[in-house]
Amino acid sequence: MSSSVLYDAPGPKARVRNRIYTVVGSLAVLGLIAFTLYRMNVKGQLEPEVWNIFNNAGVRTSIRDGVLTTLKVFAVAGVLSLVLGLLLAVARLSEHKAVSRLAAGFIELFRAIPLLITIYALWVLFLTYKHSLGFVGDNTAFWALVIGLTVYNGCVQAEVIRAGVNAVPRGQVEAAYALGLRKSQVMTMLLLPQAVRSMLPTMISQLVVTLKDTSLGYIITYSELLFAARTMANNIIVNGENPITAVVIVVGAIYVALCLALAGLATWIERRGRRAKTGIAVAAATEPSVVDGTD
Amino acid sequence: MNVLLDHLAEFREGFIGTVLLTLASGLLAMVLGVIIAGFRVSPVPPLRFFGTAWVTLFRNTPLTLLFLVAWFVVPVLFMPGLNPWTKALIALGFYTSAFVCEAVRSGISTVPLGQAEAARSIGMSFFQTLRLIILPQATRTVLPPLSSIFIALTKNSAIAGAFSVTELFGVQKLLSDQGFAIAWIFLWVALGYLVITFSISGLFRLLERRMGVAR
Repeated sequence: MSSSVLYDAPGPKARVRNRIYTVVGSLAVLGLIAFTLYRMNVKGQLEPEVWNIFNNAGVRTSIRDGVLTTLKVFAVAGVLSLVLGLLLAVARLSEHKAVSRLAAGFIELFRAIPLLITIYALWVLFLTYKHSLGFVGDNTAFWALVIGLTVYNGCVQAEVIRAGVNAVPRGQVEAAYALGLRKSQVMTMLLLPQAVRSMLPTMISQLVVTLKDTSLGYIITYSELLFAARTMANNIIVNGENPITAVVIVVGAIYVALCLALAGLATWIERRGRRAKTGIAVAAATEPSVVDGTD
Repeated sequence: MNVLLDHLAEFREGFIGTVLLTLASGLLAMVLGVIIAGFRVSPVPPLRFFGTAWVTLFRNTPLTLLFLVAWFVVPVLFMPGLNPWTKALIALGFYTSAFVCEAVRSGISTVPLGQAEAARSIGMSFFQTLRLIILPQATRTVLPPLSSIFIALTKNSAIAGAFSVTELFGVQKLLSDQGFAIAWIFLWVALGYLVITFSISGLFRLLERRMGVAR
């Protein structure tokens, strides 16, 4: 055990004490797990019949369809939010005051409003004007979810990209202008590539948030993983009750696995970027914090 | 405009509901988050493992799923007969505690090692070091992320409205079910959230200025 801010490398007495704490701590953690399992057993959640439902082809199909639907929403919303983020970032960095103010207002507004409020309002709006909005068709919930996710995450991505652009040294921009590059060339050839490259870990971490937020589709009754699983659990009766606990545990494990995979990708890119000697410093693979920028 | 004036009572109740839920679950998240952060930086491996598992689990689970757990799993397994408000409090508090824990932990780890070593070498005890050297410095780094965590918590509390807790999203749902124009409801509900989030960020900016030091 090396020393940390909080404590020195332990001496003989501290080692003994730590060992006692380790035993006590292990017992406490094991006790917690045992208590949970005991309660599950008491309530009949560990019966083989309850878990046997996952051998049923229908159950597997509906979970698989749920995962695919979630991934579909995530893919469309993820791509669109990155595009919107890029556009909003460029607009906010624009030298035209009107464009920049408009983009800033849009970003501040939609970042401050809960995503669920936006999604629900869009859903009601689409349901009301279903027939005039041809593209929506029968997929009102899908488009409400996708557009809501796109707007909110696009605003966050825009701020991330803007932070990346601002991190590019001023001298590079001046050099580019001195070489005779136009404004659009400076943006597309110099600023954005470096900004995206350095901010990629943070952008992917925000995509993890997008993935998690697809579960809001549950509330507007869109059949993504969570809603599909819940509907399925309601239709099954094992030992006289719905196997919600078992289904929730499985679905939770799927979500955690998906998010960890994506977060792992972000960390990998961050570590790879740190090794590179060129370009500006690569950002950390953490969720961008919603610091309300007055700058 | 009429929607707001005609249903002022509903909007007020929803607003107060959101504020109360945010405050209560923020408090729970702070307490749990600091405890778990203590676990994560402790020299005891099983506690560190527990802290890491806690953070990994709650950070990578969608909040809606946690609401489902609080509604349909917790009452069955542990405590039957919880009211919706308490269940929402548990879901929001536990979810946010993982983020608070990470903020506190990274705050502690930004304090330079030399500071603590200096404190110990002039004979300060563990608690003196913690109270006089580490926590004052950690607090300053923790404040900005905490501000955004609480803003996110305010926004996340909207999900509770979908699970029949009285708060602003519940008001939106109720009134739109009654057939009022969604655009106006959206505007007023959004305004309610803006008031709360701007108060939080203003409060934290004040705190940062009070605690800030010239470096």
